[in-house]
Amino acid sequence: MNEDWVLYEVFIRSRSGLEHKHVGSLHAADARMAIEHARDVYTRRQEGVSIWVVPSSEIVASDPLEADALFEPARDKVYRHPTFYAIPDEVKNI
Amino acid sequence: MYTQALDSPAATPNEASEERERLERFQARIDRDEKIEPKDWMPEAYRQTLIRQIAQHAHSEIVGMLPEGNWITRAPSLRRKAVLIAKVQDEGGHGMYLYSAAETLGVSRGALIEQLLVGRAKYSSIFNYPTLTWADIGAIGWLVDGAAIMNQVPLCRCSYGPYARAMVRICKEESFHQRQGYELMLTLARGSEAQHAMAQDALNRWWWPSLMMFGPSDANSVHTAQSMRWKIKRFTNDELRQKFIDVTVPQAEYLGLTVPDPDLRWDEASQHYRFGAIDWSEFHAVLKGEGPCNRERLEARRAAHENGRWVREAAAAYAAKHHAPVRAAQAG
Amino acid sequence: MSATAQAGVAQVSTAERVQYLLRLADTSLIAGQRLAELLGHGPTLEEDLALGNISLDLIGQARLLLSLAGRIEGNGRDEDALAFLRDAPQFRNMSLAEQPNGDFAATIVRQCLLDAWQLETYESLTGSREEALADIAHKAVKECRYHWRFSAGWLVRLGDGTEESHARVEAALGALWRFTDELLTPDALDARMAVCGIGPAPGLISERWEARVGAALAEAKLQKPPHQHYPWHGKRGVHSEHLGHLLTEMQFVPRAYPGATW
Repeated sequence: MNEDWVLYEVFIRSRSGLEHKHVGSLHAADARMAIEHARDVYTRRQEGVSIWVVPSSEIVASDPLEADALFEPARDKVYRHPTFYAIPDEVKNI
Repeated sequence: MYTQALDSPAATPNEASEERERLERFQARIDRDEKIEPKDWMPEAYRQTLIRQIAQHAHSEIVGMLPEGNWITRAPSLRRKAVLIAKVQDEGGHGMYLYSAAETLGVSRGALIEQLLVGRAKYSSIFNYPTLTWADIGAIGWLVDGAAIMNQVPLCRCSYGPYARAMVRICKEESFHQRQGYELMLTLARGSEAQHAMAQDALNRWWWPSLMMFGPSDANSVHTAQSMRWKIKRFTNDELRQKFIDVTVPQAEYLGLTVPDPDLRWDEASQHYRFGAIDWSEFHAVLKGEGPCNRERLEARRAAHENGRWVREAAAAYAAKHHAPVRAAQAG
Repeated sequence: MSATAQAGVAQVSTAERVQYLLRLADTSLIAGQRLAELLGHGPTLEEDLALGNISLDLIGQARLLLSLAGRIEGNGRDEDALAFLRDAPQFRNMSLAEQPNGDFAATIVRQCLLDAWQLETYESLTGSREEALADIAHKAVKECRYHWRFSAGWLVRLGDGTEESHARVEAALGALWRFTDELLTPDALDARMAVCGIGPAPGLISERWEARVGAALAEAKLQKPPHQHYPWHGKRGVHSEHLGHLLTEMQFVPRAYPGATW
């Protein structure tokens, strides 16, 4: 008989205004239980105002082998960063 | 997401040189202090070493719930009871974080637990000792958690991302563990004569096993060298043990308790404590399963697992039947 | 304390106020102690942590309520004096709380029946004229809502899980049902507390409890057992044999080393 539970990834928003961060994983039989377990395992020190749980099998991740193609092009497009432009100090609010 | 094909041994010279290049690039990443993440290429030996090390650590946390759990129902004040429950809970949580980290390497928690329950996996020898008095709870918090912290803080910088992050979380929680243990010892040491004697007795029984927690000298270990190159291990066993002794002896003196080592003395020249010989035969016997509580610890974990089987099956069966959440529980 | 509250509370004796608080305190304490036994032995690690949290909530409630009872009594007994130095007949917990954990089904059934009672009781007590009690109730209600969510959730999973889990829960329900009589039958002290505005109106708790538990049992595909008259009430100090053993374990250390600080 099946006694396997599902592996879930847990994301917690620690304070209002912040984004959800990945904190780890846990096992649960269903989504509702996963929320409760996340609450009991990952928020005992008042570390959470919101919980997301996602079955690990649903996570789509970028392939590290494609890291070059996915992320390298951004490296030489430095004009997306504010420090690329030299503005004289006397000019304020820019 | 977390599984990756096993590397098979290189067959042709081309494959062999490709493998060498991959290993070099991998080592270069580690040397640059880059973190290795679950989907990155890694040598099979790196993966297996990590699985074994993380699993042993996880098993230790879970088995470690038992010697302290033994005194929850007998804690002598409500505050101490609550603190001990919280500590044992944390240990369960630590086990969970570590099993989670191990699972990112392509092994399931169920398989790791199976290994533990059939006696094929190791866990820290210290948890095979009995907790005989309330003072043992203080000694464990002070010495055993103290030793664990020595080991764990450097691991926060280990090369494997999920393990390092789990260790950061664990270290944050661990410092309360040691402080509550020491505070407990302080209360006993300053209490009645009987309480002071209880504290001294606990120190007498837990001192040497705590030193053994760091493991035998790894001067001759090939594995240590490789683990250190891969930044899975950051300091040698002897280095950590020495640091622990140097830090802990003054704490014992402050308590007014005597460390049970007649050879212990401060060496001015090296600025370290010199200490007596450790009885490694005891360590090996306990590791082999012949310690005072090995049977009982495994029996307890087996019983929990077996007794829980019908529960886990029921929950899985319910989930399979229903996709809707439990309504009764939602009626606020 | 406000004037109205003082007026209500003045009608009742110190002894009665203390007895009533002890019923609540001891129920939380003994239930918390039972759950604490399970740490390291639960069906999954996740359940160990969940049960640990519930135990901590209950012990926290007990500490607040015992401290309050001791203050009102005015004889210098603090939470530990009350927890560790009273004998079984002086304990005022509901007998349900002291029943052994048994298998997970028995634990969940016990918690479910008790959680429903605590939740309804604390919700009502948020309006108590005993203001310090109302404050504690405000905090306890949030905790009990989670406890109910947990135990009712499990009741349904086990009741509607496998044949084996259903059989186990059914057996546990049959064995523990007699202890619900005490939860739902207000006695003279309950009536006095209601009159003074300290405790809930008579019949209120049982009505809400029946609705809440009835719905959970139905969803768990369980038959509600017939009412069982069972007058041996722990809330009046008439306990089962289990309490003595539980207290022996719980109280051993302070009693073996009297006068010591821990």
